[in-house]
Amino acid sequence: MELLERSLVDVADAVRKGQVSALDLAEAAIARIERDDTGSHLDFDPARTRAMARAVDEKRARGQALGALAGVPLGLKDVLCTKDARTTCASKILDGYRPPYDATAVARLRAADAVFTGKLNMDEFAMGSSNENSAYGVVKNPWDPTRVPGGSSGGSAAAVAAGLALGTLGTDTGGSIRQPAALCGVVGVKPTYGRVSRYGLVAFASSLDQIGTFAADVRGAARLLEVIAGHDPRDSTSVARPIDEWVAACGTDVAGLRLGVPREYFEEGLDADVRASIGAAIESLRGLGCTIVPVEMPHTKYAVATYYVVATAECSSNLARFDGVRYATRVDSKDLESMYGETRDRGFGAEVKRRILLGTYVLSAGYYDAYYSKAQKVRTLIRRDFDRAFEQVDAIVGPTSPSVAWPLGAKVADPLQMYLADVYTLPASLAGLPGVSVPAQPGASGLPIGLQIVTPAWSEARMFSLAHAFEQVSPAKGLRPRRA
Amino acid sequence: MSAPIDRDQVQHVGRLARLTLRDDEVPALTEQLVKILGFVAQLQEVSTDGIEPTAQVGVDRLPFRPDEPHACLPREVVLREAPETAGGGFVVPAFIQE
Repeated sequence: MELLERSLVDVADAVRKGQVSALDLAEAAIARIERDDTGSHLDFDPARTRAMARAVDEKRARGQALGALAGVPLGLKDVLCTKDARTTCASKILDGYRPPYDATAVARLRAADAVFTGKLNMDEFAMGSSNENSAYGVVKNPWDPTRVPGGSSGGSAAAVAAGLALGTLGTDTGGSIRQPAALCGVVGVKPTYGRVSRYGLVAFASSLDQIGTFAADVRGAARLLEVIAGHDPRDSTSVARPIDEWVAACGTDVAGLRLGVPREYFEEGLDADVRASIGAAIESLRGLGCTIVPVEMPHTKYAVATYYVVATAECSSNLARFDGVRYATRVDSKDLESMYGETRDRGFGAEVKRRILLGTYVLSAGYYDAYYSKAQKVRTLIRRDFDRAFEQVDAIVGPTSPSVAWPLGAKVADPLQMYLADVYTLPASLAGLPGVSVPAQPGASGLPIGLQIVTPAWSEARMFSLAHAFEQVSPAKGLRPRRA
Repeated sequence: MSAPIDRDQVQHVGRLARLTLRDDEVPALTEQLVKILGFVAQLQEVSTDGIEPTAQVGVDRLPFRPDEPHACLPREVVLREAPETAGGGFVVPAFIQE
């Protein structure tokens, strides 16, 4: 079997035992990336990748023990700071920016002997659901190059689907890991808010942003999360809780678990293909001994409106730091005010400007109570929907995305239509809960569909157990896009 | 219901956000923001009397860290990525009229 078709966990363990060399893995990834046409990479430096791989092999040759990701080729969403690679957030305003330090998650991957293949394309500043908001070009879905990969971590999902890396990191603010994972037919995990340090993650909406993992299988995504999770003194919102053995949770029995199916996730707007696939997925979970329980999540329909007030408000504040003074680019102008204004108008793309304007508006005098304060209260109600549901059930299951991947360009002219694509991922984000998307029965067109599993805060072990159990019986198991 | 935002207000919000919007950007932005704010207005139908706002999830359990000085990045590294520097600092256009 080709090296990059094997599972992440098996490959890491084979490198640790000396059965596979990190350099062979790196060469396999480099060869694939060099002939890749998905547009998933913003930064790709084979010399750097080879040097990292050689260092891993030399470490083993010296008799030193290797880490949990020994030699594993990994890609990083370009919103994570890397000390040896540009970090642009797919924005012109950060063109050429070289961070002076690694994000904590990145540093932890290095310490676990991972090998980086490059920085991955995304929607600018992680704002988007199709990856079409990148200043550096779109990403094509590996299953159908005329379609979007989803977003905002479109490059991270596409790179795994196309077999360019065994795993990738992404970030999820409102679904930006789970939704592209669903649309690209890979596993994508958003952990509990506070599980992974955000130090060195360029902030979009700080109360929602969370780093998470992509892999071709559930165990791979679990192994990656085991490495990056845990408290970091440099992020006061990263919580000191024990990291469970999430790879070990894969394979544990799920019989007897109660799974909530929210009625509101199956109402209008859900494509027939997705409805059928997720219906079948729920039946197979029942077949594994789970009890299926209908639940009510009455505030689901307000999640999109709530999110696009809360997240834009936070982004308008976070993105104030890009002012032409400290980072990367500046448009020279006659005075300070106009330098700020010109730099930001030219440096930011249309969606980022739209969100900054919306966020500034909802925070401005006279509108704060009607929009921002109101949305924060509805956020509380959305959290309570989950609290109530989890009194009855162990997990919530449903579709990740209301549709399969749509054609490039189809929603670009209508931002609101694009926002509505996030309807099933936003509630868990607003409640800070862990969620995973696992490939389910593909649609009639052969395009991937994802089953979303959401569990209570800090219960990633149960989430991985369920995701792995479903993966073993999913009709999507082993399916890969055809390679050019 | 009147439109929640017009072109002049979009320009005004742009100034608040330090975005010098070009005249040709404003009509489309206004149209999109009217549509988005119209959609967001559905929040008004939710009764939130006596409901506490959520600003952050999970913050009640967060640890303090010791307030101790530690090494920071060298100055030249911090300045390295700036568009213009001089004398160990960031250079900006003049903002005080002589």
